[in-house]
Amino acid sequence: MSSNDEASDMMNESTDAPVEVTTDAIDREHEPSVVAPPEAAEPEAAAPCATEPPVVSENRIDRVFAGLRAEGKRALMPFVCADHPSPASTVSVIEAVDAAGASVIEIGIPFSDPIADGPVIAAAMHEALVAGSTPESVFESVRSVRDRVQAGLVAMVSVSIVQRIGEETFIRRAASAGFDGFIFPDCPLDEASDLSRRAADAGLTSTLLISTTTSAERAERIAKACTGFVYLVTRAGITGEQADAPDIGARVTKLREWTDLPIACGFGISTADHVRAVVEYADAAIVGSALVRRVNEAAASGRDASAAAGAFVRELAGGLE
Amino acid sequence: MTETTQNAGEAPGEQAVEERRISDYPTREGRFGVYGGAYVPETLVFALEELIETYRSIRENEQFWAELRELLRTWVGRPTPLYGANGLTRHIRSRSGKDKGAKIWLKREDLAHTGAHKINNALGQAMLAVKMGKTRIIAETGAGQHGVATATACAHLGLACDIYMGSEDARRQKLNVVRMQMLGARVIEVDSGSRTLKDATNEAMRDWMGSVETTHYIIGSVVGPHPFPAIVREFQSVIGREAMAQSLRAMGQMPDVIVACVGGGSNAAGIFYPMIEEEIRMIGVEAGGESSDAGRHAAPLSLGSPGILHGSMSYVLQDESGQTSEAHSCSAGLDYPGVGPEHSFWKDQGRVEYCAVTDQQALDAFLLLSRTEGIVPALETSHAIAKAVELAGEESKDANILVNLSGRGDKDVEEALRLMGGEVKPSEMRRVQRNRRKDKKRDGDRNAGKSQPDGKES
Repeated sequence: MSSNDEASDMMNESTDAPVEVTTDAIDREHEPSVVAPPEAAEPEAAAPCATEPPVVSENRIDRVFAGLRAEGKRALMPFVCADHPSPASTVSVIEAVDAAGASVIEIGIPFSDPIADGPVIAAAMHEALVAGSTPESVFESVRSVRDRVQAGLVAMVSVSIVQRIGEETFIRRAASAGFDGFIFPDCPLDEASDLSRRAADAGLTSTLLISTTTSAERAERIAKACTGFVYLVTRAGITGEQADAPDIGARVTKLREWTDLPIACGFGISTADHVRAVVEYADAAIVGSALVRRVNEAAASGRDASAAAGAFVRELAGGLE
Repeated sequence: MTETTQNAGEAPGEQAVEERRISDYPTREGRFGVYGGAYVPETLVFALEELIETYRSIRENEQFWAELRELLRTWVGRPTPLYGANGLTRHIRSRSGKDKGAKIWLKREDLAHTGAHKINNALGQAMLAVKMGKTRIIAETGAGQHGVATATACAHLGLACDIYMGSEDARRQKLNVVRMQMLGARVIEVDSGSRTLKDATNEAMRDWMGSVETTHYIIGSVVGPHPFPAIVREFQSVIGREAMAQSLRAMGQMPDVIVACVGGGSNAAGIFYPMIEEEIRMIGVEAGGESSDAGRHAAPLSLGSPGILHGSMSYVLQDESGQTSEAHSCSAGLDYPGVGPEHSFWKDQGRVEYCAVTDQQALDAFLLLSRTEGIVPALETSHAIAKAVELAGEESKDANILVNLSGRGDKDVEEALRLMGGEVKPSEMRRVQRNRRKDKKRDGDRNAGKSQPDGKES
């Protein structure tokens, strides 16, 4: 399955989707280069079973969730935009959020065209890029903070960035920087099999999103393609703060029939009460825009962004009790 | 050719896979070779699947196509004429070597309702939206041509219509903003990023993420995730089908060369695709802008590399870490860092040649066509004219070059004036007119006693 042609990486067909599911199998009959034999033998561990988390995993995200589960606890998963409000702040914001009770931290790698994100996160990414953020600068920050934080670190990254740098190269660099997993917000199941496999080969988790508009049949297939945790999008639309807690009970219950992986819910979760409502069913609550806004406000008024981030995450963590 | 056209958007049966022709793409999964695909957030997968389903069902629905044909005839004004551009041809021949100076023919999409080919797609997709039971339409627009076409189609079909437009573009194209509003559309100005077409497209996609159940997104070109490139190509292919039949009548044969400008690439796909299996040289002309320096052009096929933008893999202008680069062109319709995936495929297959023409060359062609033919072309189209004029000078007199005159230039008059430094130089005009008089004299001498084959119009 391996290919040294980056452009054709996206072509490789899913190993678990049968070819007769023609609407979803990736066609490649006309692309003989990608069916060439692998350039190197793949290690034995290269075929993880996506439905079952490994019994003993080296991956920090798996260990974090296993530990919480053993104690009957739920997780808070804050999202921070890397290199925002400034490239120098990434490390201190991650440390503050970790100390305030985050179990896993989503680190958004700034992208010029984040179509799934609302105005708050899109503007933060834009500012970070203007300030010179690159995937390499994010890797540097993660490398320097990795040993000082307990939380699992997940890169939220556009497939445009991964494809340009090259799937294998990107994943290798992210792994060596200290990332534990990936979320690919603009890569649907049908295009993701190769990415997921490469992430698994590197010992990192890869999470795809399940939306409100996803059919049951498709949700099952997505859940089975995830490792680490499943990301359940609580609402149609883009990221951004909402007044009401999402109603996710039935969807989470259904999802548990198909996967034993932890289920994390995100989009529109803005307060400790929302967190409480979400973790009544789900394993983790993801909070993005509400946190990024507070970081923004602190920076704009000359206050310490990392202190503001820490204080808000501590407040959110109240919803876990 | 009719069969291949009817196969647009879907791969042939499995048995044909070995012998897939260039017209048999995209595959069922929306791939043109390695290009295309659907890189979208999961929320949009539902809408794309629904669109694929509806599109497949209407392909067999003769009533849908009959309705569309009737509206294209009576409301859009199709077929648009094929016009033998004798004035321009004479001008070219007056400056070419002996026996050089191919004849230029223009496919007059500028005469379609709303003044450009954009209406073909806007009407077709709006009718598709009605079939899907959607009550609201959204669209992105750069210069405003696709926005106006979409607003026009929505007014006709009674659909609510919101148009996303970069605030910078809205300022430059104020007249089109007012036009859309008069047609009943709401124009939403976008202040993010570079405030142009790319950002308007992002914002339209974000809207769609939250409104997919009631809203259809009419993408304005052969770009975006599958099935949009195939659907837009299908609705634009009416250009090529007409042009083929008209060429056979007017030239007695297929054209030797077809030239079209390429931004996203819908007018080019529309005229190329129905003749893509024929032995015809095809040239797509991108916006070379001010120079080939990064950020100063909009020529991803000529100067970019494969990457993912707005849901599909194609040639794109990106930096080394995948961030979309700024594009530049004097023509807002070509000012886009991406291009349709099928053009990337045609480029790699060697089927279509792609080149770039600078702002200045386009501006010269804009004036030249205005003054030799009395047709003011869009600045977008002027890029194709510039290339065709250059080529005609090198080709034999017997050759026929077909140019897709994709839109009229009334919208560009102010921008052209600005580019000319605020003054339309009369000397330029006199020079052209002098040439015409000279040409006439020479033609008269040369053609004495001969019949003049030019001057036919289909």
